Amino acid sequence: MVTLKINDQEVKVAEGTTVLEAAKKLGVIIPTLCNHPDLCVAGNCRVCVVEQKGARTLIAACAMPVSEGMDIHTNSLKVRNARKHIVELLLSEHRADCTKCYKNQKCELQTLANEYSFGEHLFLDLVEGHAYNIDRSSPSFTKDDSKCIRCQRCVRTCAQLQHVSAIAVANKGAHMKISSFHDRPMSHVVCTNCGQCVNRCPTGALTEKTYIDQVWDAIYDKDRHVVVQTAPAVRVALGEDLGYDPGERVTGKMVTALRQLGFDSVLDTDFTADLTIIEEGTELLSRLKKVLVDKDNSTALPMFTSCSPGWIKFIEHKYPDMLPNLSTCKSPQQMFGALAKTFYAKKRNLDPAKVISVSIMPCTAKKYEADRPEMRSSGYKDIDFVLTTRELAVMIKQAGIDFRTLEPSHYDSIMGTSTGAAVIFGATGGVMEAALRTAYELVTGKPVPFKNLNITPVRGMEGVKEATVKIEGTTEEWRFLEGAELKVAIAHGLVNANKVAKAVSSGKASYHFIEIMACPGGCIGGGGQPIPTNAVVRQKRMDAIYSEDMHMDLRKSHENPEVVAIYEEFLEKPNGHKSHELLHTHYVAREAY
Amino acid sequence: MENKGLTKVDLIFESIDIRKVMTKAFEMTSEEIINEILESGLKGRGGAGFPTGLKWKYTAAEKEPEKYIVCNADEGEPGTFKDREILDRVVYKVYGGMAIAGRAMGAKKGFIYLRGEYRFLLPQLFLELHKFHKMISEIGYDFNIEYRMGSGAYICGEESALFESIEGFRGEPRNKPPYPTVSGLFSKPTSINNVETLVTAVMIIDKGAGEYVKLGTKDSRGSKVFSISGDTPIPGIFELELGMTVQEFVNEFGDGDTKAVQVGGASGFCVPRKKFAETIIGFEGVPTGGSMKLFNSSRSMYNVLHNYLDFFTEESCGQCTPCRVGCQQLLKGVEKVKKGEAKSTYLNELVKLADTMKVASKCGLGQSVGNAFKSIVENFREEIIY
Amino acid sequence: MYQTDNMVKELADKHGRKRESLMPILQDIVKKYNYLTDDAMVAVATELDISAAEVYGTASFYTFLDTEERGKNVIRVCKTITCSMKGKNDIVGTIEDILKIKVGGTTPDRMFTLLETNCIGWCHKAPAMLVNDMPYTDLTPETVIDVIKGYMRK
Ligand SMILES: Cc1cc2nc3c(=O)[nH]c(=O)nc-3n(C[C@H](O)[C@H](O)[C@H](O)COP(=O)(O)O)c2cc1C
Ligand code: SF4
Ligand code: SF4
Ligand code: SF4
Ligand code: SF4
Ligand code: FES
Ligand code: FES
Repeated sequence: MVTLKINDQEVKVAEGTTVLEAAKKLGVIIPTLCNHPDLCVAGNCRVCVVEQKGARTLIAACAMPVSEGMDIHTNSLKVRNARKHIVELLLSEHRADCTKCYKNQKCELQTLANEYSFGEHLFLDLVEGHAYNIDRSSPSFTKDDSKCIRCQRCVRTCAQLQHVSAIAVANKGAHMKISSFHDRPMSHVVCTNCGQCVNRCPTGALTEKTYIDQVWDAIYDKDRHVVVQTAPAVRVALGEDLGYDPGERVTGKMVTALRQLGFDSVLDTDFTADLTIIEEGTELLSRLKKVLVDKDNSTALPMFTSCSPGWIKFIEHKYPDMLPNLSTCKSPQQMFGALAKTFYAKKRNLDPAKVISVSIMPCTAKKYEADRPEMRSSGYKDIDFVLTTRELAVMIKQAGIDFRTLEPSHYDSIMGTSTGAAVIFGATGGVMEAALRTAYELVTGKPVPFKNLNITPVRGMEGVKEATVKIEGTTEEWRFLEGAELKVAIAHGLVNANKVAKAVSSGKASYHFIEIMACPGGCIGGGGQPIPTNAVVRQKRMDAIYSEDMHMDLRKSHENPEVVAIYEEFLEKPNGHKSHELLHTHYVAREAY
Repeated sequence: MENKGLTKVDLIFESIDIRKVMTKAFEMTSEEIINEILESGLKGRGGAGFPTGLKWKYTAAEKEPEKYIVCNADEGEPGTFKDREILDRVVYKVYGGMAIAGRAMGAKKGFIYLRGEYRFLLPQLFLELHKFHKMISEIGYDFNIEYRMGSGAYICGEESALFESIEGFRGEPRNKPPYPTVSGLFSKPTSINNVETLVTAVMIIDKGAGEYVKLGTKDSRGSKVFSISGDTPIPGIFELELGMTVQEFVNEFGDGDTKAVQVGGASGFCVPRKKFAETIIGFEGVPTGGSMKLFNSSRSMYNVLHNYLDFFTEESCGQCTPCRVGCQQLLKGVEKVKKGEAKSTYLNELVKLADTMKVASKCGLGQSVGNAFKSIVENFREEIIY
Repeated sequence: MYQTDNMVKELADKHGRKRESLMPILQDIVKKYNYLTDDAMVAVATELDISAAEVYGTASFYTFLDTEERGKNVIRVCKTITCSMKGKNDIVGTIEDILKIKVGGTTPDRMFTLLETNCIGWCHKAPAMLVNDMPYTDLTPETVIDVIKGYMRK
């Protein structure tokens, strides 16, 4: 343990603790910008500078480990002057048109400006005469360099969490900036649209492409029937943007709010999550059968899940030779979209051309996914608009809804019923658990041998998880699987996905089924989720997801009555002709940069 | 304060029997070598002036089996060109210094980071290296030197930026601690020394610390190679004993009309005529990595300052706010004042900004921009305004 | 493209495929082709298993690792204080006149690119410049013409 003084208060902390963390322990707040708990220390913005008695210069609290006897002052005149200068410097190269900015009131730079800079600016405006690039090419987010404070959080995110490095720091000196490969548009590089960088950008330099106005237009268009679906991870995070603590489940209130916003039907992505389990589970079993029984070596194993569009784009760029290993199942969002303008429209007697399908997602990559040319199997754009959790919160605020006082209500049907297996899609390991709950039972006629159906080995925040499930007591049809050990792996965050993909591609891993989520923690940590998202917040959202599961009457996808019904009425059978037309897709190999 | 007057010395370029020195060093223990350097009082010649003996001692004390010795030959400070001359004329002494340092610290591998601008020297340097490797392995050394090239970035002379560059990254300085002696190149304990420092170390081993301490003053031991340029009839490289005043220096090298001397390059200090007599060149007065630029009264100090600020604006790595934006503000600021578009009192704001850069920047570059800025603005205010 | 890939592969064989091999590889490409084409950067990224943006980001940090097209002979005239005081502008002006390009430009025959650079360590013999790797010092408008003409004949 190390003893030091901060603002004359003594504190004891473990060796290796930073001054910033030590101060936090005392309740002393030191402002930060480049620092983010998910990322390695950068120490480049310098707003966290503090005074250390006897040191020649100020020190960066985020980057300085404590040492015995340190005497730190966080608010001396020297510190305040330096901090004010630094904030003023950042503002001088920043196009601060806050009232026009999407990040207005949610911006870390603005908060600092509020505390340190009012009245006349100290320094010259450097924005004028500087040609900044505003890249609107990605369907998921906008990159506006004139709002960038060069904290490099995005670059560290893309490298350390996602192993993509679609963006990097380029040039030096006054020309230093955040750039894609040779300034190519973001839509034309390896970027997966995961939005993890967006979630960590302290300013308005990286923001999701917003479709709020288009959705309002659709809602107010009397000619349109607007259906909305909500992804599993939204209900455990939305509250954070509306005044709740992380980890509060607000499902019922959210449904009421959506209805009040004017959506014609409030439905649940969870329904198609259950459907995905049936389709994907069937696909896995049939691949196993082809390989084990038919000895068909053109069938690719292991099979990767395909519900995370960031992961899909990642593998398309980085491991195009493994595309046959991807499940052909569309993501739940896109299955929903395809059914909304076919099955749903027919049942509700609606002209599909007049149905507008909106989805509320924890994810920015879903915006990109909805725009993919493959996603038009209904004959229309299957999903018209994707809003993030954050955008929904904005709409709720715009509508003047007092979220806290709302009475909870239930999803509409049809396509609004779901099970606990679908809810857990929102957390890493959830798809695997849901799939195992159904597949095991399908093959053996018995529930998975875990207490309360909770398959704990696939749960948790470990970057790569592995599990083996021994299949015993199979029914006649699945006898070939008797005694087989199903090997599964789960990875979340593309840096971990890459590890697994690399192991598979080099033949070092022998899995059968692999769940991959592009974002850390799975969708609960999605790029479209409330800011801040960090390890503590992700854990709370994850706990909420599993508690939501435990509160559901039905917890296995194949028991979802609406799923049973849709096969009887419309789809006929899993992986059948109609399924293939509407619920499955294909992938394209992309370039390596 | 001790004042030694101006004395020319021939230590660095003096030719020696390198095999003899290497053999002598080989017979010394690690402690003996380090103690000799400690006793000599040698301080680093790259600018920062850290005691070389201590640096070696710290690195030697690290338990990690893999250690490196790095020779900093990035010489990017405007007005400095002595390292090039040393490499050109006595590179075997540089190699010798590295091998001796390696022996003292238990490092088997050395890297020389040579600035891209000096690439033309390479063929000859390789030839010498080949001979040197052969010679020391005959003596019994287990030490090997490799070259790594810079590619035009002044900041790569900063030690941690240099490591980043060798490791294949942008030359962005790291947070300190950890210091190089604990975690340097490839995160291994590393002693990084300037070209001239290494040569001096060889000379100390050859002649003994006792001889060496006779040169220079208490705070600035020994002699130093100066790179002299600007308004002087005899520009070039001169080895001088430390401890002279700027006046004595100007008497020898000035053109009779010297109004200012920039000591230590763009990141150093500008000494105006009225302070020549009281200013000692060395760690007790104005420290220098060797760059001495003389300006006579025909020169505009505004142009000098502008040129330096332009240099820093381009050569800052750009990662930290005070330096990246501060340099631009200083540059644009003096332009505005000069054009009459900003009040002359704005210079006072800029001086305060320079102070912030000094204490809040991440590395030595941003921290030293204020040196030239303040010493020029404070001493030549009228030239900046009118 | 095929040629670039092969060249990069050879360089990776020579220097290795670790991150620390990046600079030597890029330096060798520039030595041969005067600048880094997009194809070359992508090929390097593929060989070293890093992202192309990383390669670009690193290269663009270093003044001598050009990512824009450059001529066969790259002239870099020092613009730092001593050279600046000792007639750098006349040198640049003279080169601009004979090559009929401005600073930053490349001749239409792609033989020459004219750039300015920071102190190259020849201040005592200012003004100075580099043509590719070779320094030329104590320049006058007359001597610089000779130097450039020498390269024209090569
Ligand atoms: C911006 C900057 C540039 C530097 N450039 C050089 C250089 O070109 N050569 C050098 O030896 N040291 C340079 N240094 C100092 C090095 O960081 C380091 O202190 C030195 O190499 C240590 O060697 P020494 O102790 O032998 O002087 C520079 C420092 C800074 C902050
Ligand atoms: S990024 Fe922040 S400071 Fe900049 S305009 Fe937007 S809200 Fe204002
Ligand atoms: S969206 Fe994801 S992949 Fe794209 S730049 Fe941001 S972090 Fe990288
Ligand atoms: S885009 Fe955002 S996260 Fe990235 S450097 Fe700029 S301000 Fe920081
Ligand atoms: S002070 Fe300048 S050179 Fe040093 S880290 Fe900061 S921006 Fe880079
Ligand atoms: S938060 Fe510490 S330097 Fe940015
Ligand atoms: S100023 Fe031109 S070479 Fe140094």
